[in-house]
Amino acid sequence: MFEDTFLTVKGCKIRFRRQGHGPVLLYLHGANGVPKVQPFLHELSKSFDVLVPEHPGFGESDEPNWLENMHDLAYFYLDVIDHLKLDRVHVIGSSLGGWLAMELAIRQPQRFKSLTLVGSAGIRIPEAQPGDIFLWTPEKAAHNTFKDKALIDWTLANPLDLDTTLKNRHTTALLAWDPRLHNPMLSKWLNRLKMPVQLVWGADDQIMPLAYAHAFKALIPQAQLSVYPNCGHLPHVEKSEAFVQLVSQFINKADQA
Amino acid sequence: MKVILFHLMSYADLDFEATKDYETVWVNLPNRFFDPVKCNALYNRYLDELESAEPLGFDGVAVNEHHQTAYGLMPSPIVMASALARRTKRVKIAILGSALPLREHPLTVAEEHAMIDVLSGGRLISGFVRGIGAEYHTFGLNPTISHDRFHEAHDLIVQAWTKPGPFAFTGHHYNHEYVNLWPRPYQQPHPPIWVPSQGSKETIDWAAHPDRRYTYLQTFSPAKVVGKYLKSYRDTAEAFGYEAQDSQLGWAVPVYVADTDEKARMEAKKPFELFRNRLLKMPFEMLLPPGYSSRASLKGMMAAKASLTQEMTLEMAIEMGMVICGSPETVKDAIADYWHELRFDNLLTMMHFGNLSQELTKNSTELFATKVLPHIQSLQSEALTQV
Repeated sequence: MFEDTFLTVKGCKIRFRRQGHGPVLLYLHGANGVPKVQPFLHELSKSFDVLVPEHPGFGESDEPNWLENMHDLAYFYLDVIDHLKLDRVHVIGSSLGGWLAMELAIRQPQRFKSLTLVGSAGIRIPEAQPGDIFLWTPEKAAHNTFKDKALIDWTLANPLDLDTTLKNRHTTALLAWDPRLHNPMLSKWLNRLKMPVQLVWGADDQIMPLAYAHAFKALIPQAQLSVYPNCGHLPHVEKSEAFVQLVSQFINKADQA
Repeated sequence: MKVILFHLMSYADLDFEATKDYETVWVNLPNRFFDPVKCNALYNRYLDELESAEPLGFDGVAVNEHHQTAYGLMPSPIVMASALARRTKRVKIAILGSALPLREHPLTVAEEHAMIDVLSGGRLISGFVRGIGAEYHTFGLNPTISHDRFHEAHDLIVQAWTKPGPFAFTGHHYNHEYVNLWPRPYQQPHPPIWVPSQGSKETIDWAAHPDRRYTYLQTFSPAKVVGKYLKSYRDTAEAFGYEAQDSQLGWAVPVYVADTDEKARMEAKKPFELFRNRLLKMPFEMLLPPGYSSRASLKGMMAAKASLTQEMTLEMAIEMGMVICGSPETVKDAIADYWHELRFDNLLTMMHFGNLSQELTKNSTELFATKVLPHIQSLQSEALTQV
C-alpha cells in the first residue's frame, strides 16, 4: 500500500502518496487528477521510490489563493522538492503534468535526472488544435481519452464524485484555459533541458494530437519518442505494461548516466 | 413604471431547417449560414423598430451584446446605441450591457459609453455584464477570472467617469499610467448603471451594495424566478440597512399583442419557440464553463439541468410567465398583476423574438403602445396614491 498522507509546504496542504525504494520518481498528474494510485504506479514502485502528489487545486489538496497559473504551480513544486530534501529526481508528467514537468525543469534543470512526458501539453503548433476538453460532455471526454472500449465504459460507469470533478475542472481551467493548454514562452526555453527526455504518445491521442510529439522532439533534440498504436491520451493507463517496461529501462539508464 | 423596448436583433433569416442538426447556434455554428445582404436589411429593420419606440411613447430603447451567434447580431451594442443616439431625441438608450471582462482594456468601455452619453445629451443607461458562458469559449478568456475582472473593470470605469484625471490605476488585471477621460460623461456623477442577470446571488449581493445600488434586471425567466430574485435583492438591501426602491428593479420579458388571445398565441407560437428552443439552446458545458459561476451555483444548475434544457412550447412559457402574450386586455392585466406582486419600476419588453416578421412585430408593438403602454406607465403613480 502506498503511504497516503498530507504534506504542508509554505502553508499549502497537499495530498501525498509514496511507495518503494530506489531512485526517486515524481509523478505529475494531468487534468483529471490522481484520485487512485493507478496500476502503472504500483508497478513502478517495485523499482523506484514513487511520489504521487495531488497538485494544489486538485483532489484533496488545498486550493490556495496564490494559484493563478502554471508558473505558480512550478515554483510551488520546486519548494516541495526542497521541502522533501530530494537531490535529483526523475519525473513522469502526463498531459498538464508534462507541461508542469517542463516548467520545473527549465527553471532548475540541475535538479532533474530525467523527464518522461506523456501526451504532454505545454506548447502550441498551428498544424494541430488540441481537443477542446472544456466543451466535451463526460461521454465525449471518455471517448476522446481512450481508444479501448472497455476503458471508456469503465470510466463512464465509475465517475469521480461531483465535488472533486468540479474542483479538478476548475483548476484545469485556471491553469490551461487561456492560453489553451500551453505557455507561449515555453518553447524558447526548452533548450535548457539537457537531461534525458522520453516522449510517450498514443497514436490516437485526441487531446494532444501526435503532431505535438514530433514538435517536442524537434524542440528537445536528445528526446526519444515512443508511440503506441491503438492508444489514446493516457498510454500509461491504456498500454500500462509496455509503458512500465519502457519507462523503467529509460529511467534506469538515465539514473546511471 | 418605465417601459423600455428591448431588442436582441436575432438573425431571423437563419435557415432553421438547414441548421437543425447543429447542437447550438452559438460558438461554432459555421458562419456560412450568415448572409450579409440579409443582415443589412435586418439591421435597418431592427433599428427602425427601436426608433419607433420614441413616437410610440416608450420611455427607452435597449440593446445588448453577444458574440459569434445567430441569437443576436450585436457583438457591439455600442454601435447600435450610437445610431440610436442620433435618431432619437427623448428616450433613454440602455446598453444591457457591455461585457466588461471580455475587454482587454475596459477603459474603452468608459470612453465609448461616455461618447454616447455626451452625444445623446445624457440619455445613456449603462449596463455592465460579464458575458455569458459561451462567450468565454468564443473569446478564449479564462472563465475562472471572470468575476474578478468584472469587478476590477467596473472600478476602473467608474473611477474614470468620476475621479478627476489624470490618475494612475493599478489593478491585478488592468494597469494604466494615465486615466484621463475625454470626453467625460454628460450625466453627473455618471450614467445610471444597470446589471442584467439570469439570476445570481453573487450578482445581487454586489449590485445591491449601498455603495452601488445598481438597478438589477432579471432577464427572460419564469415569473416565479423573477419574483425570487427581485425579493432577494430587496432582502439583501434590507440586510445592508436600506430599503430598495422599485427603480432598482427591472424585468426583461418577451411580449406579444394581437386583437385576441387566440390570434396572439397563433402568431407568436412559432417565432417564440424558435427563440426558446433553437436560439437559446446550447450544451451545458458551453453555457457554464468552469469558474463562470461558483461551484455551489454550478451544482444547483446541474441538478436543474433537465428543466434548463427541456424544450418548451409557447403555452408552457405563458403559463410560467416567461412570455406575456395575448389581447391588449390580457397583456395589460398580466403586467399589472405581475407588477402588483413583484414591484419593479422597469419593464423591458422584447417586442421581437425569434423570426417574428416585420409586419407582426409592428402590429404587436403598435397595439401594445396604444392599448397597454399608457396604463402600465401609470402604475407607479397609482401605487403612490394608494399609499
